[in-house]
Amino acid sequence: MGFLMKKHWQRRHLMEAFMKFIMRVSLVIVAGALGLILWIVIVRGLPALSWAMVTKIPEGGYYMGKGGGILNAILGSLYLASGGTLLAMIFSVPIAMYLKTYLGDSKWGHYVRLSLDVLWGIPSIVYGAFGFTLMIALGMRASLLAGIVILALIELPIMTRAMDEVIRRMPVDLEHAALALGSTKFEVALRVVTRQMLPGITTAILLGLGRGIGDAASVLFTAGYTDRIPTSLMRPTASLPLAVFFQLGSPYPEVQQRGYAAALILTIIVLVVSLGSRWLSARLNKYTIK
Amino acid sequence: MDAHIQVKNLNVYYGKQQALKDVNIEIPKNQITVIMGPSGCGKTTLLKTFNRFLELSDGTQLTGEVLVDGQNIYGREVDVTEVRKVVGLLAQRPSPLPMSIYDNVAYGMHIHKMKKDRKEYKDAVRHYLEIAGLWEEVHKRLHDPATSLSIGQQQRLCLARGLAVEPVIILGDEPTSALDPISSQNIESRLLDLKQQYTTVIVTHTLRQAKRLADYVIYMYLGEVIEAAPAHEVFTNPQHERTKQYLEGLF
Amino acid sequence: MSQSDKINTPQTVTKTTGRVIRPVAVSRARQNSFARRTFFGFTLLPVFLILIVTIALLVRSWPILNAYPLSDLLFGDVWKPTDGQFGFRPFILGTFWVTVVGVVLSVPPCLLASIYLAEYAHARLRSIAKPVLDLLAAIPPVVYGVWGLLAIVPFVDKVLAPLSDRWLGSVSIFAVNQPTGFGILAAGLVLAVMIAPLIISVMYEIFSTVPNDLRHASLAVGATQWQTIRNIVLPQVAPGILAAIVLGASRALGETIAVLMVVGNIPQIPTSIFDSAYPLPALIANNYGEMMSIPLYDAALLSAALVLLVVILIFNILSIIILQRMMRQKWAS
Ligand SMILES: Nc1ncnc2c1ncn2[C@@H]1O[C@H](COP(=O)(O)OP(=O)(O)O)[C@@H](O)[C@H]1O
Ligand SMILES: [Mg+2]
Repeated sequence: MGFLMKKHWQRRHLMEAFMKFIMRVSLVIVAGALGLILWIVIVRGLPALSWAMVTKIPEGGYYMGKGGGILNAILGSLYLASGGTLLAMIFSVPIAMYLKTYLGDSKWGHYVRLSLDVLWGIPSIVYGAFGFTLMIALGMRASLLAGIVILALIELPIMTRAMDEVIRRMPVDLEHAALALGSTKFEVALRVVTRQMLPGITTAILLGLGRGIGDAASVLFTAGYTDRIPTSLMRPTASLPLAVFFQLGSPYPEVQQRGYAAALILTIIVLVVSLGSRWLSARLNKYTIK
Repeated sequence: MDAHIQVKNLNVYYGKQQALKDVNIEIPKNQITVIMGPSGCGKTTLLKTFNRFLELSDGTQLTGEVLVDGQNIYGREVDVTEVRKVVGLLAQRPSPLPMSIYDNVAYGMHIHKMKKDRKEYKDAVRHYLEIAGLWEEVHKRLHDPATSLSIGQQQRLCLARGLAVEPVIILGDEPTSALDPISSQNIESRLLDLKQQYTTVIVTHTLRQAKRLADYVIYMYLGEVIEAAPAHEVFTNPQHERTKQYLEGLF
Repeated sequence: MSQSDKINTPQTVTKTTGRVIRPVAVSRARQNSFARRTFFGFTLLPVFLILIVTIALLVRSWPILNAYPLSDLLFGDVWKPTDGQFGFRPFILGTFWVTVVGVVLSVPPCLLASIYLAEYAHARLRSIAKPVLDLLAAIPPVVYGVWGLLAIVPFVDKVLAPLSDRWLGSVSIFAVNQPTGFGILAAGLVLAVMIAPLIISVMYEIFSTVPNDLRHASLAVGATQWQTIRNIVLPQVAPGILAAIVLGASRALGETIAVLMVVGNIPQIPTSIFDSAYPLPALIANNYGEMMSIPLYDAALLSAALVLLVVILIFNILSIIILQRMMRQKWAS
């Protein structure tokens, strides 16, 4: 009989096979390009990576190829990112909570989410320029504090939306149970939501840290650059992305090499933070009611 | 009995969980076969093996054979789309495509390039809308979106869309469960009208509907076929205790 | 909508009981409304932030907007701050070219890859793809820049430019006028890869808003999967795809460091994708805070930031409204 067989390769079957093929090729191209980034950064960064790089600050003549490291930039970035994340937390947690407990899917809730998403899309160079005008208005110099404030602005929408997305998936039942027991909404927010928010908050913190460590254009004007490890909020500070950027701009091959190594360090930190957030939120999810 | 579908040693797994256990049945040609059983017993799963919809969900595994007119639809050289053309499906909830009423009916015919020109398509659309008992209601607004129809009308539209690709088998997974009584009755009478030309397999959750429609009954329990026999035998003299209990409404 | 309705009902209940019964309950209700107001204040922050950034840039760039007609700034060809000439046209065109090349290179493979992930891939590949995309989205721009310098610029210089010179040299937009590798194509390639994780994630989300019932309805009459995608899925998601592209474009528009490192930074009107260019963000990053003694220079750079911001705001708002609407439909159904 054979009436169910492929009688011949009809056009639509050829089309199906062809589309599937070019889709796979596309996926491989995209994955390959992104894999290549990691590969190149590792291959070019690894040879120049040394213990001194991560434990010393630049010595005299460092930018002409003499000894030293980029501890100033590593620590600077950690200070900047953790300060920015902490500051952003203070604002993003209440916003995310309010979005969940009071606004739900209301109109104002949509506007707030819209504005957060729009903020997310504003490029960091614009934040940087904005931060610089603020600093001029306040008579401030480039400093750790200024960098932290601007990074907090950049991280705020990212962290809030990340929390919001996690909390949104929280079952409504739990909340109703709490309300039925006679809690006010505020108490619900505090008790139930906080516990449920833990994975959201961790994800948000790590996302914020990752973004804060990697951002260059915003700290360029606001945090400045220095070879010393910052000791005060009011002093300028170095940062890893700028360390990469400046060293690559050097004519000395040794310095460029160390630029690649700095890029590798930056990549490793960001990937560790990113993987850590996955691992942590997966773990925390086990302890919350789904 | 002239068997249209033969199921041989069929086992289905969702991951590790076995949903169908060694199913062996024969479904008679040009009759209405009704699959009954408590919810979760695998009725939908069995139905999905007939048009190879099972493979649309991840992690399913199937062993055994399903023969349509003696040919295994899980055979190596078989074209899935050809199987689905031959075995039409009426889903639990009506699912009109996001296009006009006309285009819904013409969709499958276009997919298979079944007609030569616009006029042939037009005539065919009319023909199948008439068969589905919808022509009178919609012929003045064929180009309105299909979603503007009532739920009952949508289900008949889906019937027309399915019939338009000239299947020989119609599957229905509780096709009236989302409908009001009048629309349900309408669909039921369509199915009864059509059974001369099509082999029909219906899953139903109501015993009354089963009694109204069935020529042949398959009773399932926990993934196994407990009883498969002509309707009058099952309803008057069930062979198995479970079936008896079900018919007496003990479930 | 339904969710907030559900939540609101019990709240009024607690309020009334609170008012009637004990003083403790009264204070709790007060605490609740106080918290409500404070929290509400916090939600004003993002909205205000957008306004404040825009207004601050507008105020600070006012001197130059006042001194020159807007058309002179936007369409002026000459950039010589020391002579008081502030023509943005080379920079605006540089931004435009780099963005367009980046988006054009990125969208086709991203669209195909996201269709594959959403419609064909098995659960396992999907569950790998999502975290990998997140990971890649987290790679800092400067790392993309390093990659651009080490891989893309030489690739453009040694492979693409000679090829293009050989086969497409007569077409002016493919002409190789400045054979260095640095330029629009290199920047476009870097951007294309940079925005890929974002575009794929958004497109993937968009595809998942289409109910499976529709796919099944099409498959049930014997359509192939591609026919189903082509005829049913793609028309449904078209606005979302467009929004994802616009969102990707707005990311590309504002990208600074990675582009700066590979684009060449020569203020000229580009005529070919192999030309160097000087996009607006690079202009700001390279010069801001340095030559502040030149009159109006600082206002000019901030007005460049303002132009960038306004375009990006428009792009973002449009695309996000479309995306949110599509997502909401999914939640509703
Ligand atoms: N996609 C699926 N993944 C995992 N298990 C499933 C899936 N679909 C159905 N099942 C399980 O298979 C069994 C049979 O389901 P089903 O065929 O839908 O039953 P019925 O239609 O008779 O109610 C049930 O236990 C159900 O939980
Ligand atoms: Mg079922």
